[in-house]
Amino acid sequence: MKQNRKTSSGLGQLLIPLVALGILIVFNIFRDISFFSIGMRVNNAGNIVLTGNLISIIDSASELAIIAMGMTLVTAACGGQDISVGAVGAIAGAVFVKVLQGMGAITIGSVILAFVLCCLATIVFKLFNGTLVAVFKIQPMIATLILYSCARSIAYWINGDATPQLKSSIISSIGKTIPGIPVPTPIFAVILVGLLLFLIFKFTSLRLYIQSVGINQGAARLNGMNPIMIKLICFILLGVCVSVASLIGVCRLGQLNHKTLLVDIEMDAILAVAIGGNSLGGGRFKLSGSILGAYIIQMLTTTLYAMNVAPVNVKAYKAIVIIIIVVAGSPVVKNKLTALWKRLRPVPVPEGAEKEG
Amino acid sequence: MEDGIVLTMRGISISFPGVKALNNVDFTLRKGEIHALMGENGAGKSTLIKVLTGVYEKDAGSICIEGCPGEAHIHSPQQAQNIGISTVYQEITLCPNLTVAENLFIGRTGGSVVHWKEYEKRATEILENLGIPARAKQELSRCSLAVQQMVAIARAVDMNCKVLILDEPTSSLDDKEVAMLFRLMRDLKARGVGIIFVTHFLEQVYEVSDRITVLRNGELVGEYPVSQLPQVELVAKMMGKSLDDLAELERIGQKSAASEETVYEAEDLSSSECRPFDFSIRRGEVNGFTGLLGSGRSESVRAIFGADQVTGGQIRMNGKSVRISKPHDAIRNGIGYLPENRRRDGIIADLSVRENIILALQVIRGMNHPISRADAEAFADEYIEALQIKTASKETPIRSLSGGNQQKVILARWLLTHPQYLILDEPTRGIDVGTKLEIQKLVLKLAEEGMSITFISSEIEEMLRTCSRLIVMRDRKIVGELTGDDLTQAQVMKTIAGGEQAE
Amino acid sequence: MKEKRKGFALGRREPLTDTQMLMFISIGIFAAMYIGAMLTLGGGFLKPQMIFDLLNDNAALIIISCALTIVMIGGGINISVGGVIGLTVMSCALFLNNNGIESAFLSILLTFLLALGIGLGFGLLQGFLVSHLEIQPFIVTLAGMFLARGLTTILSVNPVKVTNEGFLALVSTKLKISWLGYVAQNGNLIPAKIEIGAVVAVAVVFLMFLLLRYTKLGRGIYAVGGNRQSALMLGINVKNTIFWSYVISGLLSGLAGFVFLMHKPAGNASVAMRSEMDAIASSIIGGTLLTGGVGGVIGTFFGTMILATIQKIIALSPLNASWWQEMANGAMLSFFILLQSVVLMRKNRSGSRKRKGPDGKKKKTEDPAAQSGSS
Repeated sequence: MKQNRKTSSGLGQLLIPLVALGILIVFNIFRDISFFSIGMRVNNAGNIVLTGNLISIIDSASELAIIAMGMTLVTAACGGQDISVGAVGAIAGAVFVKVLQGMGAITIGSVILAFVLCCLATIVFKLFNGTLVAVFKIQPMIATLILYSCARSIAYWINGDATPQLKSSIISSIGKTIPGIPVPTPIFAVILVGLLLFLIFKFTSLRLYIQSVGINQGAARLNGMNPIMIKLICFILLGVCVSVASLIGVCRLGQLNHKTLLVDIEMDAILAVAIGGNSLGGGRFKLSGSILGAYIIQMLTTTLYAMNVAPVNVKAYKAIVIIIIVVAGSPVVKNKLTALWKRLRPVPVPEGAEKEG
Repeated sequence: MEDGIVLTMRGISISFPGVKALNNVDFTLRKGEIHALMGENGAGKSTLIKVLTGVYEKDAGSICIEGCPGEAHIHSPQQAQNIGISTVYQEITLCPNLTVAENLFIGRTGGSVVHWKEYEKRATEILENLGIPARAKQELSRCSLAVQQMVAIARAVDMNCKVLILDEPTSSLDDKEVAMLFRLMRDLKARGVGIIFVTHFLEQVYEVSDRITVLRNGELVGEYPVSQLPQVELVAKMMGKSLDDLAELERIGQKSAASEETVYEAEDLSSSECRPFDFSIRRGEVNGFTGLLGSGRSESVRAIFGADQVTGGQIRMNGKSVRISKPHDAIRNGIGYLPENRRRDGIIADLSVRENIILALQVIRGMNHPISRADAEAFADEYIEALQIKTASKETPIRSLSGGNQQKVILARWLLTHPQYLILDEPTRGIDVGTKLEIQKLVLKLAEEGMSITFISSEIEEMLRTCSRLIVMRDRKIVGELTGDDLTQAQVMKTIAGGEQAE
Repeated sequence: MKEKRKGFALGRREPLTDTQMLMFISIGIFAAMYIGAMLTLGGGFLKPQMIFDLLNDNAALIIISCALTIVMIGGGINISVGGVIGLTVMSCALFLNNNGIESAFLSILLTFLLALGIGLGFGLLQGFLVSHLEIQPFIVTLAGMFLARGLTTILSVNPVKVTNEGFLALVSTKLKISWLGYVAQNGNLIPAKIEIGAVVAVAVVFLMFLLLRYTKLGRGIYAVGGNRQSALMLGINVKNTIFWSYVISGLLSGLAGFVFLMHKPAGNASVAMRSEMDAIASSIIGGTLLTGGVGGVIGTFFGTMILATIQKIIALSPLNASWWQEMANGAMLSFFILLQSVVLMRKNRSGSRKRKGPDGKKKKTEDPAAQSGSS
């Protein structure tokens, strides 16, 4: 009991992800210390940029980290996950490119306008999901299965089959680096979104509302909260996260491919939320956990690449690590270990040992 | 064991941390008898039943059951079932998506292939035999609640139970359904099953039972044949006052004289759960809704707070017409509500004590004006101190606090909003005596400071001590309003029990 | 309440259960869609072969949809089914090409057992993690999917074509029914062709129907999905029931992989990609609720057929393009999800009306600690 109480608050939630990250780091130190080396080089565009595995981990985890943050909020309030984020991200990308192409020249102004419109479009789609979940009380996964299965087709419909190219220094500044700044821009985007959410939580009491609704919707209502509204707000915030991630995804490649943009990111995002120690059943949440989860997933991937595992094979190893992490974090295992510990001698715990209620 | 007795429980005691839940309680059940187990909240009825069904382990005492030589040792509901004790709970513990026949036999069929044809035939026999108006192939969720209840009973009976416990089986049924259930109970009685009947409805007890055992505060008050215990006396026994002893308890303090100013006024207020009623409360007044459980007292205050769907009525606060259709409206108008079911409706279990305390104030201020961490901590400290909330720290999750302290946190939550009108539904339930007194004193103090308070409790003494006006409800209707000299145990009991029967 | 009273009158037909109602709706929609296609598109839809084609092409999907339905009825989910198909197809293809066993029969038999073994392995592992360690099924089976997909590419990144002649002979074995055939323009009678896989799929649907309907385990799965707590009180071993539902689901995925290989004898890293979502969609359209307790494989069968028919209609219509098909799927899914939501809400409303009686009940939900444990 005491142990559980400890792990449910404070740093406890982050314990397992931190340990996992630590093991990954130690593993890499012993494997090849040069994994951590950071260098500078001049890229194709003539800018000086930072290079190295660490930079590439943090850079390429950006989309995942951003979407994981939004996913955390929806998970916390609704007790379920949105599996349509990748597909809706494709729509966001399509809208962004369509607007930019419609305006002709790519200027800072047009990029901002295009982004705002893509943000609005994403929010509309997320509100569709949100309404099904909050008003019609459909399980989030089922409600979002609709857009999961057809959003990429909508993206196609918006933009046709082509993979339009966006060639502009503004685009590459967003997707890669800004001339003169050696740090990849997507990293700033993560910080920006993180900061935005931080400020929202700082200057509103949204966190308290989300957690209350996620833990006990009935009691939250009796205390004057509007659960439907809170859930919709979470979906809107997720929509913003998706459009930012989609912007990065499009700009990184300088082209739109509605079939591959943010593909399969929903699964990784849900994993990031779970690895970060957040309950997939809703309630209390830690954004930092999910961000940490995203970087763990990317670090694992990059480590495997560095060990010459073919990119397509990475999934298998990832799966094994995930299983280990969730098994270590499962309450049943935790309780059994605690019981085992208490007995001092390693006597096997009988079946049906006491579980957390 | 004596002839004709199926079950004897002797000297049963059990304690939970801080509370003696049952103290040396005896209970005897005879063959073919319907035995009502009565008592108000916290009297120990559920605890006694849980001891009998093996949910709790008793600290002392013995249980003997017919056909079981020596003492019966019951450690799990499964074991209880095996020796012939079956329980039918108010919440149906059957699977609604299966058929009636399946619900009768699932979990106790041999082999891996189920011959439903055969079971359906047997189910039809059982249903016909007991006169249950259901068909074997009918999906359970399509049956009325009463029939579902009866199917659960049929399952128990078919498992050859000697003792059948019916735990508040009638609370969700309408009159016709209750009649149907009673027919079945009498039928079983004729077959020699001993039935323990737990209910809050006095009329039903008198209609169907042979004997009544009354518990109060975990102690046995007595066992009486129904014919020798008039209704008003039963109420007295449950409430813990003998009829002869009408002396008023000393009041804790002088009841503050309420001002003439009406704070809240409702006309024809009704909700999805209660019938239209009128109600008003003045500044600084403490009033109470009384009546037994199920009389509609909680539903009435839920309607005032907008907790259930409000279906009609006019509301004025301080003379101005307002609309209260959801809890948010009520809170904004300065109404606070401490719900009856603390676990389900009150606490946000995983949040800290601090967060639980500031919750309602935060909602009043609105999402965009968060209470700063420093303020929140100051508020939390202030109320932890003022209400003497025992918690490891203000960051402890509220679920790890004891019931009484959880209640104080919810109370703190509402006090922090400085409501004009505070509704307390059973604030003292499951709380030790000391805390009960503290809460009563607090209520009087708040009223003196000008707050209007509605106080609901199952313990009439508490209400008499704190309230200057009592609204008495029976069968979801207001049947009387007592003030001044009428505020006596005897009068309240008479009104609750119904004037005619009291004569 | 009144309607329910009416139900007491004896000799009346049983009203439709939710399961049956949702199932009949999907059968009705399938029939309407098919007849509509016959009238408007004619051609292929007028020949019985069309039905068999739908079955031949979707045999594996039908099987994994059944696998998903069983788990969903128990209140869980399994998104590893597509991955397991991919892994099974790849391993079987490699095994067939490289085993060097002379006897074609033995070779095929061992391949078949390999397919079932892979499925069983996944089923046992996932079942254990979900039922005994109580880890969220979504995460467990997501990891299962990753594992299966990863193992597939570890086995071979390049497509592997089956060259085993014995197996290819099996692949081209088709049941031919001449009286259901049609006369081609040149006057030759072309009999209706049914692949072995289609027969297997229909058999699986039938077997799973029997399992769910007439076995202790099957009814247990419904009970657990309907109300886990009640199931426990009724004496059902909840953990084992859930465990076995995942084992069956895994086994069926392996079988589906073998059936897939019989339809298209080649392993490929992207075999059955995202088919788990099609399987979930089929189950939902067929009337299985993700919340558990409601549904059945017959409905799922028709759910799959609806998706397959949409595919065929769009392929034959001027709108032939994958995005139209996906949009149609999305629209169909939205319709069924909203329909089910209405069914559920109606049920919940009557449930709350029934249960929110007098407050006596609320007392019971109070836990013992809160009732007595004060300090």
